Amino acid sequence: MLKDQDRIFTNLFGFESFGLQAARARGDWDNTAAIIAKGRDGIIEEMKQSGMRGRGGAGFPTGLKWSFMPKASEKPCYLVVNADEGEPGTCKDRDILRHDPHKLLEGCLVAGFAMGAHAAYIYIRGEFYDESSSVQKAIDEAYDAGLLGKNAANSGWDFDVYLHRGAGAYLCGEETALIESLEGKKGQPRNKPPFPAMAGLYACPTTVNNVETIAAAPTILRRGGAWFAGFGRPKNQGTKLFCISGHVNNPCNVEEEMGIPLKELIERHAGGVRGGWDNLLAVIPGGSSCPMIPREVCDTVLMDFDALREVRSGLGTAAVIVMDKSTDLVKAIARLAKFYMHESCGQCTPCREGTGWMWRVMERMARGNAKIEEIDMLLDVTKEIEGHTICAHGDASTWPIQGLFRHFRPMVEQRLRDYSALTKAA
Amino acid sequence: MPKLKIDNVEIEVEAGTSILQAAEQLGVEVPRFCYHERLSVPANCRMCLVELKGSPKPVASCAMPCGDNMEVFTDSDLTRKARKGVMEMLLINHPLDCPICDQGGECDLQDQALGYGFDRGRFAENKRAVEDKYMGPLIKTIMTRCIHCTRCIRFCDEIAGVSALGAMGRSEHMEIGTYIEAAIGSELSGNLADVCPVGALTHKPYAFTARPWELRKTDSIDVMDAVGSNIRVDARGAEVMRVLPRLNEDVNEEWLADKSRWAVDGLTKRRLDRPFAKKDGKLQPVSWNDAVALAGAKLKSAGAKSAAIVGDLVDAESMLALKDLMAALGSTKIESRQDGAKFDTTQRAGWLFNPTIAGLEQADVVLIVGSNPRWEAPLIDARLRKRQRNAGLKVGVIGPKPDLTYPIEHLGTGADVLQQIADGSHPFAQTLKNAKNPVLLLGSGATERADGLAIHALARKAAEANGIVRDGWNGFAFLHRAASRVAALELGFVQQGGDLETIYRGCEAGEIEVVYLLGADEIDTNRLGRAFVIYQGHHGDVGAHRADVILPGVAWTEKHGTYVNTEGRAQLARQASFGPGEAREDWKIIRAVSEPAGHKLPYDTLGAVRKKLAAAAPVFANVDRVTPATWASFGRDGAVSATPFVLPIDNYYMTDPVSRASPTMAACVREIIEGNTAPNSASGAKKTGTHG
Repeated sequence: MLKDQDRIFTNLFGFESFGLQAARARGDWDNTAAIIAKGRDGIIEEMKQSGMRGRGGAGFPTGLKWSFMPKASEKPCYLVVNADEGEPGTCKDRDILRHDPHKLLEGCLVAGFAMGAHAAYIYIRGEFYDESSSVQKAIDEAYDAGLLGKNAANSGWDFDVYLHRGAGAYLCGEETALIESLEGKKGQPRNKPPFPAMAGLYACPTTVNNVETIAAAPTILRRGGAWFAGFGRPKNQGTKLFCISGHVNNPCNVEEEMGIPLKELIERHAGGVRGGWDNLLAVIPGGSSCPMIPREVCDTVLMDFDALREVRSGLGTAAVIVMDKSTDLVKAIARLAKFYMHESCGQCTPCREGTGWMWRVMERMARGNAKIEEIDMLLDVTKEIEGHTICAHGDASTWPIQGLFRHFRPMVEQRLRDYSALTKAA
Repeated sequence: MPKLKIDNVEIEVEAGTSILQAAEQLGVEVPRFCYHERLSVPANCRMCLVELKGSPKPVASCAMPCGDNMEVFTDSDLTRKARKGVMEMLLINHPLDCPICDQGGECDLQDQALGYGFDRGRFAENKRAVEDKYMGPLIKTIMTRCIHCTRCIRFCDEIAGVSALGAMGRSEHMEIGTYIEAAIGSELSGNLADVCPVGALTHKPYAFTARPWELRKTDSIDVMDAVGSNIRVDARGAEVMRVLPRLNEDVNEEWLADKSRWAVDGLTKRRLDRPFAKKDGKLQPVSWNDAVALAGAKLKSAGAKSAAIVGDLVDAESMLALKDLMAALGSTKIESRQDGAKFDTTQRAGWLFNPTIAGLEQADVVLIVGSNPRWEAPLIDARLRKRQRNAGLKVGVIGPKPDLTYPIEHLGTGADVLQQIADGSHPFAQTLKNAKNPVLLLGSGATERADGLAIHALARKAAEANGIVRDGWNGFAFLHRAASRVAALELGFVQQGGDLETIYRGCEAGEIEVVYLLGADEIDTNRLGRAFVIYQGHHGDVGAHRADVILPGVAWTEKHGTYVNTEGRAQLARQASFGPGEAREDWKIIRAVSEPAGHKLPYDTLGAVRKKLAAAAPVFANVDRVTPATWASFGRDGAVSATPFVLPIDNYYMTDPVSRASPTMAACVREIIEGNTAPNSASGAKKTGTHG
């Protein structure tokens, strides 16, 4: 279990104030100029050493991502912080935004400096009204204290931070859709290439990072990449915020070491599964788009990128959704299918048309009103969507369905047979 | 220059070429819906997915630039599976109402579904229904058929320059629409139906009238403005059902202006279908023999006291015949500038669009004088806009401030500003001098006034003083409005040292006894005095009302004719249908009248007329190409007035007898200019489809 002194997010539960004074007492903004003094390459090297992989879900190595930004650019460079946390089950960024915004702001400064950006835009989910108030307050405090603006934190680097509120589209959490939305356009993902590091916000070099990634950066740089890399397994290093929800006795957000066994995570921090571990049916380990894993897998699986990939799921945003035996899994997945249908941007044909198709079939299957052959048809439809769209929304919409049938197909088939028998009898 | 392999065939392409374009170069067909070579690339239809070696997913070939050593497979299992999947997705919510769809038979979705789709459907749910949108009098919408390729949105934003369309909502609820219920305020809106790959946007005037396989398709030339757009006239029987653009990169690219497209339904209205002559103060039907004899006799007796005015839609052959007849009668009172324009006709360079239309894509600064190109030549305006978008063309305007769909610098309203630019005292003169390829676009608003000749000379001076005309670049662009005008000028169908006013005065003074109006309908017939008026034309419009004898001719779709556009490009219009009733080809009528007039014209076939045309001016022998002009001095120095220029067109949709007779153009005036939406548009919007 992670020791208290190794926690990055020490005010995750909001027991203390989010204000500047309290943040400073927790160690934020402590000689930030010294971090900047390491230079761009020094910071990026340290981040590479830390083994930090992006906390937004895709797990791309952060140091590497920062290094893609051009060293010399005629155009301005931008850091964009993705605070459009909308994945069902995920609620980690929210606690950072409302309880520890100064970690994020300090992170913006060091990350922005490391990529040659003089401005950062924090794109915050529109529904996070209180959180946006906290962040704006923190920004104002930081400006007043000289931590942002000209010669930010006496680092010699000019740096501005702007807060932008979204308007309630899940898809704007996709980095290029977020950029489009930030530019004032309809939030639809862009084609890649060009990647944002070449042409992002206003066609300028841009890096989009998750809140947790940026907020963890100052602590990593202060304590050293080696410290951070000391947690977890190779390539899956560091600490991570886990959001545990669903049928547990004590749903919570908690910072833990990467690679902690799922069972330990649930039992130690979330008070165990409702009705005991044996009452567990399945877990969605990384936010709604990750395929579910059945109880047998949950017994032993470790919570990191590679271990979950091995069991054909993913760590995603580490949002653990626990479902006990009272859960109607088909109904649950049908609900997720509806979510993905509703949140598709409508740009690419397979996703626009296919998500609605899948949802409708899932709804029928939840009632049992479908033929058994339709299961294979549905899986074929998921394959027609997966990998055929501009962004990953299409893929994400298919994975929960694929996960359901991978592990629970006999259960669904039984339901279809029961319904068929019932309607025939009637 | 990346080198790659497509289906194991090696090809080297220019950097930045997409895989789809490279495949096209090899003749490999890649299906697509959203990709359009003249629009930006959204890559959202996903139909063009191809397998790329090393990429776990298929890539959108329209958006993926070619790279060195790429290996692309356009017919592999992965590619085929991806295409079939996308096609299935496109069709699940498509109503499949092809039997009642106007796009049927020329629909990309139909064609590609045949080539790349499944042979049966697996979609057992209810289909989506979408409310139809109102987009004005030219575009009919059946939005349930929409496949969301967004070509229409991009056309509006990028080519037409009106942000009228957008996508509302997201996911399967995304709908293309205008948001505000209003007609699309563009002169290019008809092209929306052309770019739509399915039957969501179709031509409203063409709705439920014909099937593409019933139509006789004839390549021709448009006469609604002086651009000379290349068109295809689709006719069924004697009726022209529609006009579509034909590809010509040098003229209209693949677009067509709305008037050129839909004024043709005026061809069935108010037609002159038999000869008339005035008896007892009233026009009465007469036989061709009587009409020709009467006209000939009048001309014979008037002799040199005859005059001729030709209109805007007349072909070169007829003008040649009329000119020859007038010359034989000894009259020099011939005029083609029926708008009363005064400019020096002696030098070709003075009245041609010298930089050429395609040449505008080299221009970096344009000075527009007394013109609204958006209404006088929408496709030239589209070229300017294209250049503006691609290379930041700088545009200055002298005259009433127009909305040209792109940013302009409004320099002033009168000739005094042109004077300042000519003498270098205006700051814009420096802009022109610093430009690489500057253009001076002189519109008819600048010459249709008393000091036209002096303005013509002043424009020449402004061009010469600011590097607009120099070795290797002639940026002096005279923009005509009438399709017949340049051919008339080439033939010398003008009065040396005179203009329309001279003829008016001659008529009023009784020096002119007979006026031959060949399709001339934009004149002030009140000023023809007591002259005997022969009207030859195809519509009962202004000229016919004043006529003493009417000789019914045919319209441009009903005869073979030569037209020279404002660049000096001779192009052939071909007969697509037949004129109504007893109407005859125009040069033949003049040839017939010449006999009783005592001066039988020496040609009996179209070939003979064309031979004479080619001898009259080299431009007619150089068909489809621009015959360039050499620069020389023109215009007459004189005082210019600071009176603001007046634009000649106050209603784009009605500028000639055909468009004035057209119900569709009347609808455009009502719905686009006056802003009255169709009376039933609000309640008329209805859901189509099987309803989800």
